[in-house]
Amino acid sequence: MPEFLQFLFSGLTIGAIYALVALGFTLIYNASDVINFAQGEFVMIGGMVTFFAMAAGIPLPFAALIALVTAIIIGLLLHVLAIEPARGASPVTLIIITIGASIFLRGVAAIVFDKNYHSYPGFAGSEPLQIGGATVLPQSLIVLAGTLLIVVALWLLMTRTMIGKAMTATATNRLAARLVGINTALIVGLSFGVSAAIGAIGGILVTPITLTNYDVGTLLALKGFAAAMLGGMGHPLGAVVGGLVVGLLESFGAGYISSAYKDAIAFLVILAVLFVMPQGLFGRADVERV
Amino acid sequence: MQDFWRSYGLVLVVALLVAVLPFILPSTFYLRIAALVFIFSIAVLGLNLLMGFAGQVSLGHAGFFGIGAYAVAVAPTHFGVPVWLALLLGVIAAGLLALIIGRPILKLKGHYLAVATLGMGILLAMVFTNEARFTGGPDGMPVPRLVLFGWIARGSVTWYWISGVTLVLAVLLAVNLINSPTGRALRAIHDSEVAARVLGIDVARYKLIAFVLSAGYAALAGAYLALFDGLVTPATAGFMRSIEFVTMAVLGGLGSILGSVVGAALLTVLPQMLTVFHDYEHIALGLIMIIFMVFLRAGIVPSLAMLFRRRAS
Repeated sequence: MPEFLQFLFSGLTIGAIYALVALGFTLIYNASDVINFAQGEFVMIGGMVTFFAMAAGIPLPFAALIALVTAIIIGLLLHVLAIEPARGASPVTLIIITIGASIFLRGVAAIVFDKNYHSYPGFAGSEPLQIGGATVLPQSLIVLAGTLLIVVALWLLMTRTMIGKAMTATATNRLAARLVGINTALIVGLSFGVSAAIGAIGGILVTPITLTNYDVGTLLALKGFAAAMLGGMGHPLGAVVGGLVVGLLESFGAGYISSAYKDAIAFLVILAVLFVMPQGLFGRADVERV
Repeated sequence: MQDFWRSYGLVLVVALLVAVLPFILPSTFYLRIAALVFIFSIAVLGLNLLMGFAGQVSLGHAGFFGIGAYAVAVAPTHFGVPVWLALLLGVIAAGLLALIIGRPILKLKGHYLAVATLGMGILLAMVFTNEARFTGGPDGMPVPRLVLFGWIARGSVTWYWISGVTLVLAVLLAVNLINSPTGRALRAIHDSEVAARVLGIDVARYKLIAFVLSAGYAALAGAYLALFDGLVTPATAGFMRSIEFVTMAVLGGLGSILGSVVGAALLTVLPQMLTVFHDYEHIALGLIMIIFMVFLRAGIVPSLAMLFRRRAS
């Protein structure tokens, strides 16, 4: 039982980060049909900027704020400088642009910062807690609470504010949204900003546990993308569930079956699910117009 | 006659390029890079048949590439199979795997297909990394030389000609396929799957043909790269390699055979040239990718062709 709980907690912690990356994918995809493969770089920026700001003597809350603002600015710049100029290009062209952006951002991070692994102390100390025989870092609980908070805030934003409704409208039908007076370019830009913020918060929260480095974004983007597809692309709840499931599969797979093949187990399950449910767990079958 | 030029002019252009380059390039170092360009072109050409003509995305082609590469390393080393036979077996194995998993995987559409092929590629890469008894694990393993009738294939010049001639044959095969009823069926599927089905095209079958063929192209290219390098590592078959193939195909131009060669050339030559920038290499590469895609959206070859046509008229 303690072993089970241990795997459960570590799976949930890493799954929460996948969920945040998957949420970022979903938001941008909904607003603009772009699969943003630079999504993992926002997580990297969150962790790296916080570390180097703290190393420069800035206290944690302000360092985290600087990281958050940096990520949002980069997210907006990505939209204005790379995505918007290519508006109307095919989805695969836009995907290559975001891959180019992720290579670029990694290159910049390697120069502005360095290529070493970094971490900073957990926000509530590093004294592990005992829960049912499993040892849990307080930071894990902060990651989970933070993720929950983001999901709730996002839900409120999407359902209770005009901005959120404009985002939903843009996602449903861009032309119709324009016709009722929504500035869709602004809304798409906003979705890049919000996605960047979500990724950066994930990075800020998880770095004390997983460390960070200029190169962590690639793997996170890959897992986040898989999680988003598992949940059903374009479905925010699906993204969160997909992220948690991928994290849990990895953790239990590594613990009970084989640590060398932990990624394989996650992907085998994803393949199996897609064979049975080709639209993901929460996606709906769409009708193709001829 | 006009039809002949329209169909086979491209094959002649590539053949001419392969024949003339050795007289232009100043040293064997450049021949080595040219050989790499040809090898990657073969893989990208196959992927382009799948993506550009059949309209099906694959983010896992490095897996097939890896099967070819590891076949020529593992079969001769552990089972005493002659290298040429191992090469053949690798291509057949990749084709067979594509045939088996193609049916269920190709039912998925768009991004779902992308994530399924991605998963397949990662599973294969994990096998190459973890089955260290056979594959040497993360460090990889040496690859024996290709021997044909007592003649040993080694060195840049030899491999320049082997890969160059193979590329010409690969282009010939692709051109023939595209101009056949199969090619027309594939393009119909690309434009609209439903419309193609209504016309009586067996959509699943034609998608499968493109998938199997592209897997074979990738495996052949992988075997060549392994034999040329004399070493194979899991990075050969890694996720980044898959992304590289897709990027080459899209940069050069989806649905353009010449584009496959141009895309492969650009992403092979560019990193070699960018090494002078040292640390700034990745920044430059990322920027170039973005700029090319923003200004030449349909890919380099189709976009430039469109530009010339507009200017001519």
